[in-house]
Order: sequence, then C-alpha cells, then structure tokens
Amino acid sequence: MAQRPLSSVPRPLWLALALALLLQLGWQLVHREAVARVQQLPAPPSAAVARLASLGEPLAMSKAMLLYLQSFDDQAGTSLPWRELDYERLAAWLDTAQTLDPRSRYALVAASEVYAGVADPVRARRMLAFVSASFAQDPLHRWPAMAQAALVARHQLHDLPLALALARQLRVRTTGADVPPWVRQMEAFILEDMDQLGSAQLVIGGLIASGQITDPHELAFMARRLEEIAAKKAKQNAIPGNRHLQ
Amino acid sequence: MWRPGLIIARYTLLEALRSKLPWLFVLAGCAALALAGFLRQLALTESHAVQAALLAATLRIAAVFLLSSFVVTSLARETADKGQELLLALPMPRAVYLLGKLAGFGALAVLPAALFGLLTAVWAAPAQSALWAISLLGELWIMAAFSLLCAASLPHALPALAAGGGFYLLARSVGSLQLMAHGNTGGHGTVQQALAFAVDALALLLPRLDHFTRTEWLLYATGDWHGLGLVAAQTGIYVCLLALCALCDFYRRSF
Repeated sequence: MAQRPLSSVPRPLWLALALALLLQLGWQLVHREAVARVQQLPAPPSAAVARLASLGEPLAMSKAMLLYLQSFDDQAGTSLPWRELDYERLAAWLDTAQTLDPRSRYALVAASEVYAGVADPVRARRMLAFVSASFAQDPLHRWPAMAQAALVARHQLHDLPLALALARQLRVRTTGADVPPWVRQMEAFILEDMDQLGSAQLVIGGLIASGQITDPHELAFMARRLEEIAAKKAKQNAIPGNRHLQ
Repeated sequence: MWRPGLIIARYTLLEALRSKLPWLFVLAGCAALALAGFLRQLALTESHAVQAALLAATLRIAAVFLLSSFVVTSLARETADKGQELLLALPMPRAVYLLGKLAGFGALAVLPAALFGLLTAVWAAPAQSALWAISLLGELWIMAAFSLLCAASLPHALPALAAGGGFYLLARSVGSLQLMAHGNTGGHGTVQQALAFAVDALALLLPRLDHFTRTEWLLYATGDWHGLGLVAAQTGIYVCLLALCALCDFYRRSF
C-alpha cells in the first residue's frame, strides 16, 4: 500500500500525538513513585475451579500456579520474607498444583527444599506435613521429597522424633525395587543418632533378613554398620550406669 | 462437479498465504517460545516440563485464535465485496462453494499443526509430538468448521468471532463442568440435579476438546494411537455435523 510523506500529516496532529505521549510517560512516572505495599498470599482456587479455568490444560495451569507462587515472595518494589507468608495458604496452593498434575515433583521439591528452609520451625513443620500427606498418596514416586523432609527434620529442626516418624513411613511404604535401599535405611541411622542402638540393630537386621537389600556392597556396608553398633553397645554397657540406654 | 470446489479451496488457501497468515503463525511460535523460555528460567525444577507445558498451551490457543479469526474475516470480506454472490451465480450447487471453502480452511490448518508440532518436538519424544500435532489438526478442523458455520449464518464478523470463542471455551471446559456438577458439593436438591442434567445435555452436544492435543502426551509420553483414533473419530463426526448444519442454513438463505 502506497503512503503519503510524513509532511502530509497536519502539524496540530503531530503536536497532539506528542502531548498524548508525554501524558502517558508522566502518568507512568507518577505511579512508579507510589509506595509499594506487600500483598498477602490470597487463598488458592479449588482444584475443580482451577481445572475449569485451565480450559483442559491442567498441567500448564499447575506449572503457572507454581511459578506465580514462586514469584510471590518477590513482589514489585518489595520483598516478602518466607516467615511472613501464610503457610496454610501456601500449602493449599501447593496441594492444588499437585492435584492438577499428580505426576509432577515440582510442588514437593518446592515444599521440601525451598519453603521448608524457612527460619520459623512452625512453618517448616507445616511444609513437612504437606510432604508427608502427599507421600502417603503415592509413596513409590514421591519418596525423594519425603527423604528430604526427614533430613530437614533431622538437621534443620533437630527434631529427632519427627525425623524418625518420617523415616519410618519411608521404610514401611517404599518396598518397590525402584527405591534405593538407603531410603529404607534412614530410620536405622536416625535411631542410631538417638542412641537407640538396640532398635537400630533390629531395623538393619530386619532389612537384611527381609531380602530388601540384595547388592553385595550394600550388604557388606550394612554388616559393618551392625558390627559398629554392636561395638558401641558393648562400650556403653562397659560404662557403669549406662545400662538403662538399651 | 467437484472441480470447482477444489478451485475454491485452492484460492482460499492462496488468500491465506497472500494475507501473510503463515508469518503470523511463525510470529506466534516465536513469541510462545520466548515466553516459555523466560518462564523456564524461573522454574525451580522440571524446567523442561514447565517450558513444554506452557509452550504447548500457548501454541494451541494461538493456532485456534488465528485460524478462526481468518475463517470469519475471510468469509465476511467475501460477503461484503459481493464475491460470494458472484461465485454462487455460477452453475454449481451451493454445497460445492461451502465445502470448497471448508476444504481450503482445512488445508490451511495443516500449516500451524505441522509448524507447532515441530516446535514441541524439541522437548518431547518425536512420536508424542506427532500425536500432539495430528490431534491439534483435528481441533483446528473442528474450529474451522464451527467458524465457517458462524460466519455463514451470522450477518457480522464480531458475533461470529464471539460465538466461536464461546464454543471453544465450552468445548474445552465441559468436562470440568460435568465434574463440578456431579461433584460432592453438598447440594443434592432438585436445582443441583437439574443443573447436572443441563451440563450433561450440553456435553452430549459438544466435542470434548479437552481430550484433544493433551500436554501430558508431551510431558509424560502417555499418548497412543488408540487415543488418537478416538480423537480422529470425534473430529470426523463433528466436522460432518457442523458442515451439514452450515449447508442447511446456507441453502435456506436467499441472496
């Protein structure tokens, strides 16, 4: 399509265009200076509503929800620390995303490796509870997040009973061949940390006897572990007044 | 008798090619790639899955929007400049004209399906991408047929576009609506039952487009030829239904 030269546009029109552009720039500048306020995390939509809104793309909706959630702590012009996030709502968002795409590990990784790292133990425990509940629904695919949750309980929260409870769920529910043996051995190591050497011996002995450990190197390692525990127990027994620990 | 129909199809395709529509498809593909690539950088884990899921959803919507818009605006333009009346004055049945147009739009749909299918093949197994692309073609054929029906029946482009958009939203979400209508929401009264019945009746009339072009095929390789066969059968049935509706309406119209 042929066009006439720029000079054919009337001068007042150019002026009006420049004024409109200046008005837009001024408007944006004024609004940029407005004080940024932290917004709290809203309640998530239910899985049914999110599925409806996804127009038959629940997987894409799940990813979009997780990215939205992830970007929430870094809002425009300000930053919201995790310890100020409403973790009940956070868990609900993660749960909705997980429901929309149950095969994805994204929500569990975010819960166990990111949001559980918060300095507030109450909030961290809420994330571990979410991971534990999700693990119970599909243990054979969700054990990595549960193992991470047990480590968080052991090393970050220093809550050995909680770590033990999580590790026990791992041993009981992950009996498939695809799950590496160390996952089932976590309970024994935590028991050892708790100085419950007799229980640790029982768990390791049970794992070997049940045939769940088949690799010769793994068997040798566990046998060495049993010997070390036996030596520790003997040492404890040798100290007067320590017999009550058994 | 069908030779004029083939010529109409060819010129419909030529019109699309000359109106730079292929470049719009390429541009949409590039924009979707850029957006999904940016969001991939933000992902904590499963970054490939994040990119593939968002890319596939964006590409599908872009393909449907561009093709439907073209069908409606092309027919509206042809009606406005009296080209349609000129063609109908030729010694051929009206069905040849309408089916020729439909064939042209159908041939045009191969272009975005193939292009976008190739793009998804970067993140998914080639066989799954092929299933996704063929299924997208079916979805596009249904949308092209519905847009043709709307454009041939409604007097203006805007109502036709709105009707196409509404149909697409419903066909994509009717499965979720059924789940909600039959879900355990606490209400089991007459209103709840009537609502569930109405949604079920609506679902009988619509194609289940949420079973088409599924992102999980790309992410978890769950697609198979049996599933594609069901998609193909639904496409065949629904395109025939829409074409017959359009023909009935077209034969009734006086020019």
